[in-house]
Parts: sequence; C-alpha cells; structure tokens
Amino acid sequence: MAQTMSLATPLSRPDLRAALRRAERPNRLRALALALPALLFLIVTFGAPIGLFLTTAVRNPEVRHILPQTVSTLDQWDGQGVPGEEAFAALAADLARAKENSTAAALGKRLNYESAGMRSRIMSVTRHLGSFADGPLAPQFIALDPAWADTELWAIIKRNGAPVTLYYLLTAVDLGQDATGGIGRVAADQAVFLDILGRTLWIAGLVTVATLLLGFPTAYVISLAPARVAGLMLLMVLLPLWTSLLVRTTAWVVLLQTDGVINQVLLALGLTTEKLQLMLTRFGTVTAMTHIQLPFTILPILSVMKSISEGQMRAARSLGAPPLAAFWRIYAPQTLPGVAAGCLMTFILSLGYYITPALVGGPRDQMVSNFIATYINRDLNWGMAAALACLLLVMTLSIYLAFLRIVGAERIKLG
Amino acid sequence: MWLPAYATRSERLGRLFVVLFAVAVLVFLIGPLFVVFPLSVSKDPFFTFPIKEYSWRWYADFFENTRWTKSLVNSLIAAVFSTALATLLGTLAALGISRPGFPWRKAVMALMISPMIMPVVIVAVGAYMFFGALGLTDTRTGLVLAHAGLAIPFVVVTVLSALSTYDANLTRAGASLGAGPVSVFFAVTLPLILPGIVSGALLAFAVSFDEVIVALFLTGADQRTLPVQMFSGIRDQINPTIMAAASLLTTVSIALFVLLSLIRRVRRA
Repeated sequence: MAQTMSLATPLSRPDLRAALRRAERPNRLRALALALPALLFLIVTFGAPIGLFLTTAVRNPEVRHILPQTVSTLDQWDGQGVPGEEAFAALAADLARAKENSTAAALGKRLNYESAGMRSRIMSVTRHLGSFADGPLAPQFIALDPAWADTELWAIIKRNGAPVTLYYLLTAVDLGQDATGGIGRVAADQAVFLDILGRTLWIAGLVTVATLLLGFPTAYVISLAPARVAGLMLLMVLLPLWTSLLVRTTAWVVLLQTDGVINQVLLALGLTTEKLQLMLTRFGTVTAMTHIQLPFTILPILSVMKSISEGQMRAARSLGAPPLAAFWRIYAPQTLPGVAAGCLMTFILSLGYYITPALVGGPRDQMVSNFIATYINRDLNWGMAAALACLLLVMTLSIYLAFLRIVGAERIKLG
Repeated sequence: MWLPAYATRSERLGRLFVVLFAVAVLVFLIGPLFVVFPLSVSKDPFFTFPIKEYSWRWYADFFENTRWTKSLVNSLIAAVFSTALATLLGTLAALGISRPGFPWRKAVMALMISPMIMPVVIVAVGAYMFFGALGLTDTRTGLVLAHAGLAIPFVVVTVLSALSTYDANLTRAGASLGAGPVSVFFAVTLPLILPGIVSGALLAFAVSFDEVIVALFLTGADQRTLPVQMFSGIRDQINPTIMAAASLLTTVSIALFVLLSLIRRVRRA
C-alpha cells in the first residue's frame, strides 16, 4: 500500500485534488441549498427550543434579580460569622421592593429548594417589614426568626447570587451542596432521582429484551414463510405501527382493567379464582410497551433475515452440523446487525415513554418523562424539569450515537 | 412446515412449535387493535365481553358533543397543514441529500432523523417554552410548526428510499435533450418519485394526527386535538365515547395504511 502511494504521488499533480474539489463546489453547494430549508426549520422549531429549555437546568435568576443589593453587599462578606448590619439593611430594602413587585414568593420558592423553611422565612420577613422599628435591623430579623443568625442561611443566599447554579443538575443525580459548597450525597429520604433513572433504564431494558424474545422467532418464521403467508404476517406487524400509540394504550387500559377482558378470560378458563390487579402495575406497563415497540424490533431483524441465503444452512447441515448447531453458529450470528438495529431503536424509544406509563402504570412505574411533565405542570419547577431532561437526553443521545455507529442513519427504513 | 426434505422429526416438531409461537405473537400484536371496535358499538357503558346489545349511541354522543367534533376538526386542520409543510421541506432535503456531492451527509442525516428518536416530552416542553416567548402557544401556527418538525424525518426517509431506486441517468438524459434542471425535475424526476413523496406525506399526516404530547403542551381549549381530548378523557374517567373516538382514529390509520399499501403495489408493478 505504502509503495503504491509513493509511486503514485509523483505522477499526480499536487493541485489536481484541489482543482477537482473546486470544480465540484457549485454542485455541492446546490445540494446543500436544497437541504438547507429543512435544516433551518428543524433548528428553529426543534434545536433552539430544546437548547433553550435545557439551559434552564443551570439558570439561576431569582436571587440575583430579586435581591440585587443583598448580593452585592454579601460580595464583601467572607462567610465567617453573621454578616453585618448593612447586609440586613440591604435585604430589607430588596424585600420591600420584592413586596411591591410581588416577587417575594418566587424568591422564597427558589431558596426553599436549597433549604426547607426558607419560603416561610422570606414570606414572614416580607410581611413584617412594615412593623420593623427604626434602628438596627439585624436584632429585629433575629427576634422574628433566630435562623437569620445562621451563617449557613447567608451562605446559601450568597452562593445563589451567581447567575449559574449546579443545584438542579446535582439534585437530579441525588447530590447536593452544603453551606461551604462541598458536594455530597443528599439525605436518603430525598434521594429519589437515581431510583427514577434506574427504573427508566430497567423498564426500557425489560421492554427491549421482551420484544427481542417475542420478535426474533416471529421474524424468523416470516422470513421462511411462502410469499403470500409472509405478506399477511407482515401486514399484522405493520398495521399496529400505523395505529396511534394512544389508541393502543387505550386498548391496554381496557384489556388490563380489573373487570377487563384478560381477567374475564382467565376466570372463564379457571386459571385464576380471583381477579388480578393488572392495571397500574409494572407488568401492565411493560406488556403494553412491549406491544407498542414490537414492530420496531421485528422489522430490522426481518430485513436482515431475508438477506441470509438458505444455501448456507443447507451447507452447514450437509457438513454434518446438527440443526441447532447450524442455527446458532451459522444463522444467528448473521442476524446480529438486525438484532442490534432493532434493539437499539426500541431501547432509545422506550427511554422516552410518557403516555403509556401515565395511563397504564402506577406511581412506581412512572418514568423520567413523566417526572419532567409533572415538574412543569404541577410544581412549575422548570429547573428540575430541565435537569431531568438533560439526563434523559444524555442517555438517549449516547445510545443514538451507538446506533449511528453500528447501523447508520441512512439505513433507517419505514415499513 | 416450510422445511427441506431432509429435516429430522425433532426438527419438524421444533419448527411447528416456532410457527405456533410466531402466530401467537402476531395475534398479540393485532388483537388489541380490534378490542376498541366492538366496545364502541356496545350498548353497555361497561367494557365487558360478550356484548349483549349493539348500539350507535356512543357515536351519536361523539358527533353531538361539540368538544369532540371540534377536536376532530382541529386535528384534521393541524395534520393537513403540517403535512404540507413537512412534505415540501422533507422532499427538498431528500433531493439534496441524495445528490452525489452532498457535504457532511452523515452528520446532516443524523440531525434530520433526530426528531424521530428525541423523547417527545423534551420536544414538547422546549416548544412550549420557546413558542411561548414568541406568543405561539395556544395557536394553530405553533402546533403546525412543531408537528411539521416531528414529521420531516419520516418524509426524508421515505423520499430518500424512493430516490435510491431512481436512475440518475434519466436526469442526464433530460438535460442532454435540452431541458433545464427545473423542467427535468417536473417532467422526469417528480413523476418517478411521486409514490415515495405521497407515502412520506401519508406518514407525516399520521404522525400529526396521532400526536398527543406536543399538542397537550401547545394547545389551549380552542385548538385541542382529538388525541388530547381522548388523553384527558382517559385520565379522568374512561368512558365508551372514548372507544368511539379510538375507533375513528384507528379507522383513519387503517385507511392511510391501505392507501400506502396500494401505492407500494403500484410502484412495484
């Protein structure tokens, strides 16, 4: 190889490659120009919104905007002992303005994430501002609530004067910062997020394995069946793919209900004497998700199986391999690209499930997406929602990159 | 079953077992789709089989209730407009990407496909926030833009697959006969890849028509789509009118699927 290269180099003019590139340039630009509208559209309706949303995971505007004087006064404070009177005066002035602009609640809510009780503390001071006597404010603050003499409380306010916080991202992996800024595990009763992430990965894994166990033999049979039968079978795989995810989930709600079809059949067959609780369970969630994801696993496997020549198995058998050995050593390894494509796709899509766990699952079966939605809809806590979204996105994108590496975006086919 | 003549007896038994297993899986796949139809025409408000009396009352409920009919109309409008937008942009993009000199093809494809794999909740919340700042939440425009974004990859993939069987020599032949690039496209390329474009459009329509989560975040009471209406209904108290709605959605899906299969058949013939 090296020899041919060295032989070829003196023969080709050094600028030939560059000249060719230059000549092709208008074509390349024209091709790119065709794709540009769609790219720009996706960046505006897709990339920018997601990017903006994710930045809320580190944005920390509350303290900086609502307590500007306090933050600048605390800049001088070394964190040792209770800050001086000027800090209390600045806080009182800031809170008076917050009261006017009705922003005290937002501040209290933000600080309450860091230390429980801060909301009521802020609200109580804001309410009592009018009744404070002239003279030093610090004793009056402390008389109202001794916590104002706590160095840690002031350290929290000082730290959150920064425009960026790690609070949400750390919380999303069950870590927290103490008063001095050191990072450590949070108390066991607050450590819920790793459990949610683990649960999401576990459910996605279960669904992937279930679709593979059900889908591989099915794809195998479809690949062997005569054209007519195979067409009919393929139809049974493609039709569910076309049906709305919501309708399929609705069907499972009906099937899994305590008085639902599955319990009726089990009772009628005498397989169970009392009705089973299937709705709002992990089993129900995984079953419904497996049903929805099955076509995504089957189709890539089927497409690879169709390309494996029948002659190979015959050859293996004629060379003396028993049927199972021929299958495992000759046939199965060749299906791996399809298995990888199908399983990776199913795993990626399963990580982001929202509708099915929300309708079929119980509280212990809710996945990361459900918590993101809850943080937005119920708690109005955008920071926490964005931090969880960051984690979900990291998981999804790392597997998507593996998918691109192993399978490639250009090999994605639909139906 | 479908075995060579030299197969042993245990092999035949094994094969029979695998085939029965596959048939069971296929029944598992298709069965739940047809649960909603009988329940939607059952007179009982309880979801029990066997059905004792049939009645169209739930469909009457659906079409007499303006909340349901309005959501159906909203869904159709959103789907038509986002399909048009996604088909136009996606087809252009596929035409560009399929050209031999297309730069950074892998990266561009990875980007184009990414709406397909992105967790929809993240897409929905992002759009809710960004479109909110632009005053586009609770508007049809916002919903159409977001749905078009979700549908573009489906169009790109289908049109690219149609273009992969297109013979580029035909373009050259057209050009050598004196046609400009635009007339070559409309006279030669477009008719040949049209089935692919229509397939992509059908997929795009299905994506928008069935989408729940983005619509849930982006629509107010006036733009509420059929799936959103259904979703809130199921969360609240599942009732037989939802079965009627689900049956309608499924009928539309099956109709789109049949259309697509017909197009594929025409293409192959």
